[in-house]
Amino acid sequence: MVDSLIKVRGLTIGATVYPANEKPKDIEIVHGIDFDVAHGKVLGLIGESGAGKSTVGLSTMAYGRGGVRITGGEIWVNGRDILHTPIKDIRNLRGNEVTYVSQSAAASFNPAKPIMEQVIEASVHHGKYSKADAEDRATDLFNQLGLPDPETIGKRYPHQVSGGQLQRCMTALALCPGPDLVIFDEPTTALDVTTQIDVLAAIKRAIKETGVAALYITHDLAVVAQVSDDIMVLKMGDMIEYGSTNQIINTPREDYTRALVSVRSIQHSEQSPEGDAVLTCTNITARYRGTKFDVLHDVSVELFSGQTLAVVGESGSGKSTLARVITGLLPPRDGTIMFDGRKLSADLASRTREDVRELQMIYQMADVAMNPRQTVNTIIGRPLEFYFGLRGAKKRDRVLELLDEIEMGKDYIDRYPAELSGGQKQRVCIARALAAKPKLIICDEVTSALDPLVADGILKLLLNLQKIENVAYLFITHDLATVKAIADSIAVMYQGRVKRYGSKSKVLTPPFDDYTDLLLSSVPKMQLGWLENVLAHRKMESAGN
Amino acid sequence: MGPITGLLAQRIALGLLLLFLVSILIFVGTMLLPGDVAQQILGQSATPEAVANLRAELGLNDPPLTRYLEWLGGLLSGDLGTALTSGQSINETVGRRLGNTLFLAFWAAIIAVPLAIFLGLLAVRYLDRWPDKMISATTLTTISMPEFVIGYILMFILGVQLNWFSPTAVGFRPDADLLTRLDSIAIPIMVLTLVVLAHMMRMTRAAILNVMQSAYIETAELKGLSTFTIIRKHAFPNSVSPIVNVVMLNLAYLVVGVVVVEVVFVYPGMGQYLVDHVTKRDLPVVQACGMIFATIYIGLNLVADVVSILTNPRLRHPK
Repeated sequence: MVDSLIKVRGLTIGATVYPANEKPKDIEIVHGIDFDVAHGKVLGLIGESGAGKSTVGLSTMAYGRGGVRITGGEIWVNGRDILHTPIKDIRNLRGNEVTYVSQSAAASFNPAKPIMEQVIEASVHHGKYSKADAEDRATDLFNQLGLPDPETIGKRYPHQVSGGQLQRCMTALALCPGPDLVIFDEPTTALDVTTQIDVLAAIKRAIKETGVAALYITHDLAVVAQVSDDIMVLKMGDMIEYGSTNQIINTPREDYTRALVSVRSIQHSEQSPEGDAVLTCTNITARYRGTKFDVLHDVSVELFSGQTLAVVGESGSGKSTLARVITGLLPPRDGTIMFDGRKLSADLASRTREDVRELQMIYQMADVAMNPRQTVNTIIGRPLEFYFGLRGAKKRDRVLELLDEIEMGKDYIDRYPAELSGGQKQRVCIARALAAKPKLIICDEVTSALDPLVADGILKLLLNLQKIENVAYLFITHDLATVKAIADSIAVMYQGRVKRYGSKSKVLTPPFDDYTDLLLSSVPKMQLGWLENVLAHRKMESAGN
Repeated sequence: MGPITGLLAQRIALGLLLLFLVSILIFVGTMLLPGDVAQQILGQSATPEAVANLRAELGLNDPPLTRYLEWLGGLLSGDLGTALTSGQSINETVGRRLGNTLFLAFWAAIIAVPLAIFLGLLAVRYLDRWPDKMISATTLTTISMPEFVIGYILMFILGVQLNWFSPTAVGFRPDADLLTRLDSIAIPIMVLTLVVLAHMMRMTRAAILNVMQSAYIETAELKGLSTFTIIRKHAFPNSVSPIVNVVMLNLAYLVVGVVVVEVVFVYPGMGQYLVDHVTKRDLPVVQACGMIFATIYIGLNLVADVVSILTNPRLRHPK
């Protein structure tokens, strides 16, 4: 292991946590990890949230977020032990030998400074390049990463370029000093699926052309399979499996890795539309107040009781706006909404309590959709009280019933949201929606913030509840795998219009229109060489560029 | 520049509207003050006829609306009116007095603002370590003491005991040379600095700490920059807006809140002028001073708003 760039042995990382009503305590979050990265190689770090991926990645720069500290082990970078070296030497390592690309470039760029200044800052600071040379390098990198106007994009401010472009600028920022290692921390996770593929391809090309080594951190095995040579699977701070990409994808040894590889366990065969439509939107056109352009054009969709209509599209396609129109938060300029055989009034204020009760909503961020100072009992009990007048013991009994339906035990009834996991929080939100006995629930990206395995559980739960309660779902998502798993019918939205609409089998059967083709082909597949293959066969460019 | 011009125009229009409302408030407020200037001028022994005559002569019997409109018309044409007690033009006296007050405020600001911002940066650099704690403790102590107490203490130690500076500003002459003038206001400058330091320093510290939580600070740290460079290059430019706001509030205080210090040090500024004429029930002077203070206050806050708008990159560089 002479030429190994990074050598990590027995790495343990600790953090201080502040549990409610208890004294702060120190816990260990990474329990003894070993790995090596050779020059020019890419190691994928994969696992669910809380696995310690980012923590391990940042430790190679001797950095810990918040109260995170490296408590033991050895980290060797370019032949020196960075855990026993003064801060001055560590600063010389950061942004010089090792650089970092974060998940959210939008937050990681200083809003007050032009992009170029930030991209070349580390190179100039460490004296690696003069200002002019660094700017030339950056322009070359912009070009290499496929950014538009590479000569002038550096003069722009971060808010003046799109999310996908900024993510590439961040990659340029990391590559500009000519580092030995780049840490990519979920660099494509926040992007639309059609943008992700371009950024992924740009990163892969840049890694190849510069010959830099990389740690590629992600929760998406299909993504990491496209770029890495080796993969390490982490779970709760333990290493589960470590092997070549080929071995991990094709012949995983551990059960946990197998679960990650074949995460979708849901089979839902579509129901043909029958009975009465619970929701009919006809020719909906809408715009936001104070703007001069429509964000929804002539949208017509229909949803039958007990079924699921998936509305799919990338950000800005108008799918969440459609939800706002249906819930009455944004009265449309034109078009009508029929709900359960009656016409819904356009704005929320003039709807009856029955209308409001029968149309519930679940959100992407379960965290912020609940009052952190209310217990589960209060949260789920509120609609019971409000719509059905239940109080005291009766209310509590019904809350316990609902907790049982969402497969959570009775003990949870007196807990606060902070004491629940991400999946449990979303379950409580589901129970709160169900408590109103709705006919239709609008699910707005309800699994997007969750880990794949947890999301899988939530989708299973939703399908089971649909059978029991005969509730219809309007399921808004950008994730086609989810759509395939649970939909009966699908509406593909693009720039405020419904591009393709019909039963699941019809929408997902070729021939496709160009956009649907782009969307479907952009979903990463768990196979080696998928990325190159797709890019070679694309019919249209993605919009995020 | 489209959105910026619109926003700026809006702020300025709001400022003018506010000034107009303040003029009503000041006029009504002074009308409600007890006492009678004619009685005051002529003394307790004056005959009722003489008082009535003087009242008529001074125009005190006109209906309030007429008097307000006359006063407002005067203000708009730059005429602050005539002092009832001395019969002198207010413009002239105020011109001199305001110059003195601004002179004092200027030198206090020159010292206090950079010092406060520097101490704020220093406190963040050494967060929760002894320099931070010492800066906080000291500035909190000085802000907690009434300014006349600090004033008399400094006057006693620096002026009387050590005899470094002149203990009061009695000898202040606007036409003296700069060093002489600075000598007579040295102690008032120190008092004002101590009074406004804590507020500005703590807001600077809080504003920068707030920004230090941002992801782009982490990016800067991972570039290997030192903490002070990060604060200076990445945190400070993003906290300019709240800092300028509190600086402007304190500058306004340096002009309009110096009444106590001026009285303590017998400094011939606006504050003392105002206090004198309140006791004499000289309404035009009180009203004029009120309007000038309000204009300065609103003007400085307008500047803060404008700076906030101009430092917002999203407004400065629209998509």
